[in-house]
Amino acid sequence: MVPSMIIVGGGQAGAQAVDTLRREGFTGRLVLICEEPELPYQRPPLSKKFLSAELAADRLLFRHRSFYQEHGVELMLGVRAVRLDPSQRQIELSDGQTLAYGQLLLCLGAVARRITCPGADLLGVHYLRNLADVAPLRAAFKPGARAVVIGGGYIGLETAATARKMGCEVTVLEMADRVMNRVVSSCVSQYFAQVHQTHGIDLKCGVRVVAVEGRERAEYVLCADGSRFAADIVVVGVGAIANTELAESAGLACDDGICVDEYCSTSVPGIYAAGDCTNHPSPRFGRRVRLESVDNAFEQSKTAALNMLGRPTVHDRVPWFWSDQFDNKMLIVGLTYGHDTQVVRGDPKSRSFSVCYLKERELLAVEAVNHSKDYMAARKLIAERAVMDPAKLADLNIDLKEAV
Amino acid sequence: MPQIIFTEPDGTRHEIDAAVGTTLMQAAVQNQVRGIVALCGGACACATCHVYVGQAWLAKVGPREEMEEGMIEAAWEPRENSRLSCQIHVTAELDGLEVTVPSRQGG
Repeated sequence: MVPSMIIVGGGQAGAQAVDTLRREGFTGRLVLICEEPELPYQRPPLSKKFLSAELAADRLLFRHRSFYQEHGVELMLGVRAVRLDPSQRQIELSDGQTLAYGQLLLCLGAVARRITCPGADLLGVHYLRNLADVAPLRAAFKPGARAVVIGGGYIGLETAATARKMGCEVTVLEMADRVMNRVVSSCVSQYFAQVHQTHGIDLKCGVRVVAVEGRERAEYVLCADGSRFAADIVVVGVGAIANTELAESAGLACDDGICVDEYCSTSVPGIYAAGDCTNHPSPRFGRRVRLESVDNAFEQSKTAALNMLGRPTVHDRVPWFWSDQFDNKMLIVGLTYGHDTQVVRGDPKSRSFSVCYLKERELLAVEAVNHSKDYMAARKLIAERAVMDPAKLADLNIDLKEAV
Repeated sequence: MPQIIFTEPDGTRHEIDAAVGTTLMQAAVQNQVRGIVALCGGACACATCHVYVGQAWLAKVGPREEMEEGMIEAAWEPRENSRLSCQIHVTAELDGLEVTVPSRQGG
């Protein structure tokens, strides 16, 4: 009998692994274990068009149910893997079953980081990570409702923009001195801060939330400087943490994510991991990274599946990310670690510009705001380790691919 | 429902009934057309749902918008009839539309 393959986690990585394994000829038992009760679905629209109800729920699904039936995938929905025993090659599930695996792929994703200040557990304090998190937000985002968003990162700003479009009075509270400070340049931060302010969002940077106040429900958010913001709903978007509990308790090496090598293999033979839950080497950037990225989940899980099938394949991709806020699209490609120069192409006032990161003139990353052409060109240039001419780069009239 | 015909790089044909208002990309993904990856789910952010539109249909499908234009320019083997299938909405007029999937996706 062909040993079975079990995939834990039904996000982008888990759904893709099933697809690749069957496409590449795996005919044995294939199980996909999903903690959530829904069929595997796409997460990015949850803070965007799905939140605003412009997108119906069935359009979030990677595949309809029939796909899994036709491809002989045993879907276990609403079931959690509670214990992993590598010595027996077994996994215990929350419904009491024990499954034996030949090879195991962990696609455990990440969980929203929680706030711990007084009042953090009050009713009306919400997070946005899963499909089930959306319904209470939609219900609360009524015209005139006061929404206070804690955190000015991707999730916070996208949620704020959607809430505003749905008619809410929105306040965003960011601890750092600028929005998205961990992921974009100050130039892009400034641009998006202005976009949000222009749309009537009250954006406060450099403020630290110290309490959520209210009797039964959240009524106010209190900051360290004494300022207090009235809230009908509070949404927290302060980052995500790799979901490593299952792996760690089974003795797999973890360090801000499940440690895998370039073949997506964990420290335990026969166990692989892919997606947001992994800490993995990036050959292109010469360092280990943990990425929260649809593209990385997709590519790494494809690679993991090939390795599980006995076809050694290295995961070496230039990661990319995107964000939609109001009518602006930001596209980011590459990683900025170790850059020595930033070059801005174009004028942010024109709405369309990009920021290039160089290290000894080699292109490392590009943030393109409403500028898909630079973004697409950068994907190739970064992979090829192109060496750029900073003077040409600064001239938007010269195509990015010609600025070498 | 309007019928959309997708031809995969190896010549495999899919005749798909697509609901008005959905996108060509969605129809392709739900019906497992090989080569339509659509990683970003229709946000015009990845250029992995690239198709070539049958010449006879170009006028009915309409022109590309600016963001799409920039994506396509650097996509794999762009042609003048290249489109991102996530940006084409199914309408009654598109009944019978024929599109071909390129041999690769992405940049």
